[in-house]
Amino acid sequence: MLLDVRNVTKRFGGLTAVDDVSFSLEAGKITAIIGPNGAGKSTCFNVISGYYPATSGQLFFNGEEITRLATYEIARRGIARTFQTTCLFANHSVLDNAIVGYRMHTRSGLFDALLRTPRARREERESTERAFEALRFAGIEQHAARVAGSLSQEAQKRLGIAIAVVAEPKLVLLDEPVAGVTAEEIEGHAELIRKMSAAGYTVCLVEHKMNLVMGLADTIVVLHHGRKIAQGTPAQIVADAAVVEAYLGAAAHA
Amino acid sequence: MTLSRRYAGFALFAAMTLALPFVLHNPYYLQVVVGGYIAAIAVFGLNIILGYTGQLSLGHAAFFGIGAYTVALLETRAGVPFWIALVAGCAASVFAGYLVGLISLRTRGHYFAIFTAAIGVMISIVFTNDQDLTNGNIGIVNIPPPGPIGPISFESPVAKYYLVLAALALAAFVCWRVRHSLLGRTFVAIASSEDLAAASGIDVMRNKRMALMLSTFLAGLAGGMFAVFIGFLGPDSSGLDVTFDMLLYLIVGGLGTLAGPFVGTMLVVILTQFLQGFEHYRLLLFGPLLVLLVMFFPTGIVGGIARLRARMAAS
Repeated sequence: MLLDVRNVTKRFGGLTAVDDVSFSLEAGKITAIIGPNGAGKSTCFNVISGYYPATSGQLFFNGEEITRLATYEIARRGIARTFQTTCLFANHSVLDNAIVGYRMHTRSGLFDALLRTPRARREERESTERAFEALRFAGIEQHAARVAGSLSQEAQKRLGIAIAVVAEPKLVLLDEPVAGVTAEEIEGHAELIRKMSAAGYTVCLVEHKMNLVMGLADTIVVLHHGRKIAQGTPAQIVADAAVVEAYLGAAAHA
Repeated sequence: MTLSRRYAGFALFAAMTLALPFVLHNPYYLQVVVGGYIAAIAVFGLNIILGYTGQLSLGHAAFFGIGAYTVALLETRAGVPFWIALVAGCAASVFAGYLVGLISLRTRGHYFAIFTAAIGVMISIVFTNDQDLTNGNIGIVNIPPPGPIGPISFESPVAKYYLVLAALALAAFVCWRVRHSLLGRTFVAIASSEDLAAASGIDVMRNKRMALMLSTFLAGLAGGMFAVFIGFLGPDSSGLDVTFDMLLYLIVGGLGTLAGPFVGTMLVVILTQFLQGFEHYRLLLFGPLLVLLVMFFPTGIVGGIARLRARMAAS
């Protein structure tokens, strides 16, 4: 198992957003976390990536405990993520965005910058090459010189993915990857997520759009009121009475 | 603009600053220009922490003061030569920046601004009230000018002009190199989104601390120049209002732009001199001018020109 979430609880004051949740992510697979609004999906992501410390429980990544690590330390161990509200370095070129995503693999500091040492030049070249590769992977290479904030919602989502994969993480967490993307563009995104999986990334996504999840995920974890109520293949999930009651039923009524 | 044209423009500008003392014979005007250069060095520093990294440090003048008082005290009390005192002044300012950063950078946004403002006020109170150390409001007088390096002496105003110009060039060089490096891109990324920077494996605290220390280094360098330039140093040089002056220069010039600190500082300093004749109506004229500038050039003079140019290139 690449990631092990063991009995994780996250409380905000009196509110228990994630309640004793355990699941694990198998390397190379696509896992979706679903559930109604307020089910604790995003909180779950934020705990895994270190934004919120878990109130109790443990997280293991590649066999190493990461429960108490800072966000950047978790990222350096190979967990990348995208954000629900598109979160980019908005005033910078698309290329620079991807270059910053690769920063954890470069060591140039102040003196390299001031003296333009061979290391600074080499790392700059390497960062640029990797950034272009990631942009190509995400299908937005043609926008490299544009300002990130001027891209369409869809292209910004792709840039988010490019920033996440440029450092070649082991696990990529996608927080609502198609929120704000038009219906016609969704299939393109599903294609990109499959491509990530085929390229060897383990993918875990939080998503509302059931048709996307059903066609994409190998495993689905269902959260409801912060608790895990089911886990299984898409076929098992649609047949699960508790899930239908809590989520699909509610969606069907809506 | 092509690269060669940019270099040509820069060479012309450098030639103008080098030739200035031969053109500008009035010693008072030269003094005003040197004063502007010194402020611009500090504003280059403010641009690193605020313009690039997005952290509003309101303690900047206090770090300027730490550099200035270190140089002044070492020279007058301990007889330390200027050049060593200047290194010590920069080091003291950087170390103070490190200590302040350890705590203050844990706060974000307004809290960081208030925290650093409070520290700036505290340091400035020490300068004003610690009679034994700083002579309080009387200040430190007769700070000796820099000693000669080989045959070059720094006694005359013109020689001091070139010394300050060299320090200014150093400050601009540091900013230019940093801005286009991976480190500078990291600073700018932090200003844009701390969350995404952290999710990309960037140690945000460490990088912010580095930016703050770099900014206090330039503040200390400017302070050291200030101490020996006039030969007198009082607590007025390092108060909170001086920080706000620097902030004004930076906003007028253009936050986060390379030339902004220099352009903004010189423009406001020279304009203030021209408006001296209006006595206390000066601020009445200055205020509306500033309002107009912020309305029509929200990204400062340099940022505004860059945008106009981009628009012209696009059409």
